[in-house]
Amino acid sequence: MTMDIFALFAPPNLIDSFLLKFFAPETMNYVVWPFIQIGAVATVLAGWAAYASYLERKISAFMQARLGPMRVGPWGLLQPIADAIKLMTKEDLTPDDADPFIFKYAPYISVVAAFIVFAVIPFAPDWGVITDINIGLLFVLSVSSVGVLALILAGWSSNSKYALLGGLRSSAQMVSYEVSMGLSLVGALMFARTLSLSGIVQAQGLDSIWYFFYQPLGFVIFFISGIAENNRAPFDLPEAESELVAGFHTEYSGMRWSLFFMAEYAAMIVVSAVAVTLYLGGWYFPGTWRLMASYPVLYVFVSLFIFVSKTAILLYLYFWFRWTFPRYRYDQLMDLGWKWMIPASLVNIVWTALAIFVVQALNGWGGLRTIQSLTHGVNLTWAGKIIMVAFGFGGLFVTAAVLSMLNWRSRDFNLKKHRRQVRLVNSPKGQTAVASITKAVTSDG
Amino acid sequence: MHQVEVATTQETLLDNPEMILNMGPQHPSTHGVLRIILRLDGETVIDLDCDIGYLHRGMEKIAEHRLYPMIAPYWDRLDYIAAVSNGLVWVETVEQMLGLEVPPRAHYIRTILTELNRIASHLLWLATHGLDIGSFTVLLWALREREEILKIFEQQFGARLTCHAWRIGGMPSDTYADFEKDVQRFVDNFPARLAEYETLLSENRIWLGRTVGIGVISAADAIAIGLSGPALRGSGVAWDIRKSRPYAAYADMDFDVPVGENGDTYDRYLVRLEEMRQSRRIVQQALTNLPDGPVNAKLPKIIKPPVGDYYHSIEGPKGEIGCYLVSDGTSRPHRVRVRPPCLINLQALRQMCIGHLVADVVAIIGTLDIVLGEIDR
Repeated sequence: MTMDIFALFAPPNLIDSFLLKFFAPETMNYVVWPFIQIGAVATVLAGWAAYASYLERKISAFMQARLGPMRVGPWGLLQPIADAIKLMTKEDLTPDDADPFIFKYAPYISVVAAFIVFAVIPFAPDWGVITDINIGLLFVLSVSSVGVLALILAGWSSNSKYALLGGLRSSAQMVSYEVSMGLSLVGALMFARTLSLSGIVQAQGLDSIWYFFYQPLGFVIFFISGIAENNRAPFDLPEAESELVAGFHTEYSGMRWSLFFMAEYAAMIVVSAVAVTLYLGGWYFPGTWRLMASYPVLYVFVSLFIFVSKTAILLYLYFWFRWTFPRYRYDQLMDLGWKWMIPASLVNIVWTALAIFVVQALNGWGGLRTIQSLTHGVNLTWAGKIIMVAFGFGGLFVTAAVLSMLNWRSRDFNLKKHRRQVRLVNSPKGQTAVASITKAVTSDG
Repeated sequence: MHQVEVATTQETLLDNPEMILNMGPQHPSTHGVLRIILRLDGETVIDLDCDIGYLHRGMEKIAEHRLYPMIAPYWDRLDYIAAVSNGLVWVETVEQMLGLEVPPRAHYIRTILTELNRIASHLLWLATHGLDIGSFTVLLWALREREEILKIFEQQFGARLTCHAWRIGGMPSDTYADFEKDVQRFVDNFPARLAEYETLLSENRIWLGRTVGIGVISAADAIAIGLSGPALRGSGVAWDIRKSRPYAAYADMDFDVPVGENGDTYDRYLVRLEEMRQSRRIVQQALTNLPDGPVNAKLPKIIKPPVGDYYHSIEGPKGEIGCYLVSDGTSRPHRVRVRPPCLINLQALRQMCIGHLVADVVAIIGTLDIVLGEIDR
């Protein structure tokens, strides 16, 4: 028996042989393995979400000339565990006037919507893909947007004005950023020609390029919309601490509050993971394919490590933005969404379609060969790749031009031009000056 | 103050587009115990009313029952962010009533320390203003600099916040041994640090969007309301008591008064940043020319100012902080009246906020730089 326990740390085929002692093969394939995968992913991600909060506190501390958590464990490493114990043992208050049923169950919607997305995220090849459904990306978009429901319900059922305003803000914000987020993905899909997430990763592997180079604009729009969709700073209006106290979760305490908190971090990981899958080549990294044939198990673990590292880098960007930028105002946020993000993602679609058309048209023109195959996603030759990457980065300028044309009238179009100097008034040393109104302004002006 | 009418009939939220939102006194960004009653349409402010007095300690009344030197510590606790400046108003008023000649060294040290206090106060304003608009990092960076000033205060006065800095006629003691070295080190380091803070905010698009054109008040309105300090100068009025009625050693100092143009939050932000630089200039000049000599004037055993009314004011970090004092010739004042800059600056809140969003209310409270200890007294 003790030897069998070690099987847990062994590659899956050993676990297979261990499990086959207890279950029929069918039961094992369709019931036991999925449960093991779900359990592993849920546990690891809950831990990751908890430690993301630790990392955020540490990183923000280093940015702010302080140390962050240091007391619990070495370098405060046990802080998330201490926090979890504290939150679980805290009193769970429900306000008198709240709608108790909705109030109590809203956090569950939030956390379930955030965690369920991981079902389709391809963490690594082979057994790293838990479920490979052919509409994976649609699943991600639709399920993650259920999360907004939790925020609205929480804000509404709390029967608090701050929570209500937070819920209102979050609904408007998430709905408007959902659009640009969905549209920005279309560009990448034009190359991958599949909605299956592992299919998209494999398409990037076959083409041996990350779609970030074809779709730099799509990546930027997706990531910004993702931050906005997750209500993270500088778009953290639904919980804007300085304005709305704590926004939609003002009335929550204890474990229910921490479910929202965990959902927020899990949603961040989701957006980062989807961005990695779509734009940063998923588990691929130059050179790792050499391991595939000779060390298949090691290859999966290395791929997993690569995927997690890429996701962690994007998570770091989240933290970096949060602790650097001030917060947008509500109307500015809407402006950014509807007047910048959505037009930009539309331009991106048109531009990408044009790029693919041009590359296809150039194929065979003057002996130039741009396309290798179109069966599993767009598969380009070196010449085709160079043209496509040039189109991708050129698209940034095109989009900037289009957006400038659209927005040059708006009030905060070119705020950077605003003067950054004040006038200095001096009087000779020791001589008294009298007050002078230097600019005549009428009181109704 | 203007009263917000609260609807008496109990309508549900959906029937009425207007909503009364009670902001404070426990709200995280009303800078203390200010209560603002907002009437909102969606998130737009239609009307607002301030409810103050949660921190009322009856300082003006208490002062009628204390000897003149005993009143000074109460003054330190008016605007507890700028205790050193506050204390100066009281001692200078009494000195002027008595006609005391304060030694020049005391004047210079007063100048240095009140300017350091101005920098500390402005840094705290920058910290909280940044925090209100969502920039958390500015808070800790600015507090780090303020800490250096508080260390100097702690060594000099024995307290970090509620420093009882001055005595009538001069100072309780001369400066400590390393005073000049410490101040010089701060003066040397400060400009680079301030430039660092500016990189976070001054050119940040979001910051510009949140401050440009927010909380505009015209020069005429500012004067009509009686604004003073950076809030007034941000509207384009070059009024600085350090220039117009120099006290302490300001007559010997060469410094500029920064003046804004549009009277919006961004202008006030720029004005305060520039004031910090000018304060540093003043500290440097005073430190270089610091005269030797005694730091105390000769005082009578019991302070009994002659009968009469007196008014004296100085340029505090928040604005003109003044003291109106009626003496009946006894050892206790007949009446003391504080001219609190924050209270008068707060009057502009309603005019600045109407038509803006809830998020701007927070930014405008931040830009007015209020301290409730002084508003409520």
